[in-house]
Amino acid sequence: MKWLNQNVGSLLELTVAHLALAVPAILLSLVIAVPIGWTAQRLRWARDPALALVGVLYAIPSLPLFVLVPVVLGIGIRSSANAIIVLTVYATAIMVRSAADAFSSVPLEARMSATAIGYSTWHRFWSVDLPLAIPVMLAGLRVVVVSTVSLVTVGSVIGIPSLGTLFTDGFQRGIVAEVAAGLIVTVLIALVLDGMCILAGRALTPWARAAEAR
Amino acid sequence: MIEFDRVTKRYADGSPAVADVSFTVPSHKTVVLVGSSGSGKTTLLRMVNRMVDPTSGRVLIDDVDVTTMDPVRLRRSIGYVLQSGGLLPHRTVVENIAIVPRLNGATRPDARERALTMLDTVGLDRDLASRFPAQLSGGQQQRVGVARALASDPNILLMDEPFGAVDPIVRRSLQHELRELQRTLGKTILFVTHDIDEALALADEIIIVAAHGVIAQRGTPTEILTRPANAFVAEFVGVDRPERRLRLADAAGVEVVTDASGRPIGTLER
Ligand SMILES: Nc1ncnc2c1ncn2[C@@H]1O[C@H](COP(=O)(O)OP(=O)(O)OP(=O)(O)O)[C@@H](O)[C@H]1O
Ligand SMILES: [Mg+2]
Repeated sequence: MKWLNQNVGSLLELTVAHLALAVPAILLSLVIAVPIGWTAQRLRWARDPALALVGVLYAIPSLPLFVLVPVVLGIGIRSSANAIIVLTVYATAIMVRSAADAFSSVPLEARMSATAIGYSTWHRFWSVDLPLAIPVMLAGLRVVVVSTVSLVTVGSVIGIPSLGTLFTDGFQRGIVAEVAAGLIVTVLIALVLDGMCILAGRALTPWARAAEAR
Repeated sequence: MIEFDRVTKRYADGSPAVADVSFTVPSHKTVVLVGSSGSGKTTLLRMVNRMVDPTSGRVLIDDVDVTTMDPVRLRRSIGYVLQSGGLLPHRTVVENIAIVPRLNGATRPDARERALTMLDTVGLDRDLASRFPAQLSGGQQQRVGVARALASDPNILLMDEPFGAVDPIVRRSLQHELRELQRTLGKTILFVTHDIDEALALADEIIIVAAHGVIAQRGTPTEILTRPANAFVAEFVGVDRPERRLRLADAAGVEVVTDASGRPIGTLER
């Protein structure tokens, strides 16, 4: 408790830093994964190779990637950009599969009938494929949210500030309260973002509940 | 008028789904394609709005080859009703119907107004307007599907087993309503079904399709029933079924029509 009272300011600061890394990575992964997932679903032959490739990405251990990305891209190892890129790689690896599954889950009948009444491909993507993919996509997004929020902490090992800094610092200085605070707030952030996903999903898919209520 | 001119369709794998088929659908008439599963009926229907393009041969609408038309604009000008309605599950009833006028450039309020009018036309309560398709019965979904197809007043209506997913009583009443609608609307309708009774109930002309879209017979319902061209048609129509072999009986001075086994069907009016 004493530690907390003395360090509220830095706790807040690190929470903001944590979010500033996790949220852009989550959003980026969504933006990257949706077109890939959609293409994978449209071009049957592309699906398996694409999914295998992103599967391989996920298998790369995270710490080496935190070191490798700055070398390859010539950015600072402790920069936010480095952290966001690495986090996006892992988030995208999960999200692509889930986006591909999500687009496959759109009923063929709905896609057919949209085409038959005169939707262009582009228009159908926005008005039919994407909204109907939301429920499955959301399940994937929730996994991405939780895993990204937790993965951010790894960056603290190489000195990228986040709530993970509380683990490394607390561990070195033997302050249990600091480690505990880092852990609890990380979990809280994950839960809050997850809750926001659920609420957003409800707001975006009113038809899904209507079907259940019947 | 829709004209199929020596149309063949081969899908990627193997034998032709439709082989060298020619027929016409006269303007303002209802032509019903009836045949067993896999005979190529859906394939033929989808060639009209270019969901499928023929491998060879041509489909013409009022003498214009459809392959020269932009597919998206062509589809917007043709009403299409799918089995089980084909409604978009994430759109409300009124939105589902308003889509087509919207795609054709109507303003949002106009399209909505049009959609509500269409609900009246197909005999649905306006209270259903803000429901999602999953909150409707099968028969109600079918009506919405018909309403949507009619919403921008197309000249041509394509109907692919539109009443296949509802029970026989609802089907009967939907058929009746379609006939009533058609009497006032006079659309050019190409209708696909498995059900010969549905064909007899709706068609100006029936086309009986055998495998690969081969036409076994075309004719008015009366011609098909009274003069089946071959054994295949006779079997398909079921000319020997007891309910097709009607008899006249006398019941205490009233003339009663019965089937071949003597079950009463109705009374005779002269
Ligand atoms: N997209 C496709 N790819 C390959 N083959 C197809 C495709 N669509 C239909 N076929 C084949 O073409 C044939 C005709 O199919 P079609 O759907 O036109 O028949 P149908 O008369 O409508 O049958 P049903 O009454 O069962 O709906 C079938 O053998 C079917 O397997
Ligand atoms: Mg069919």
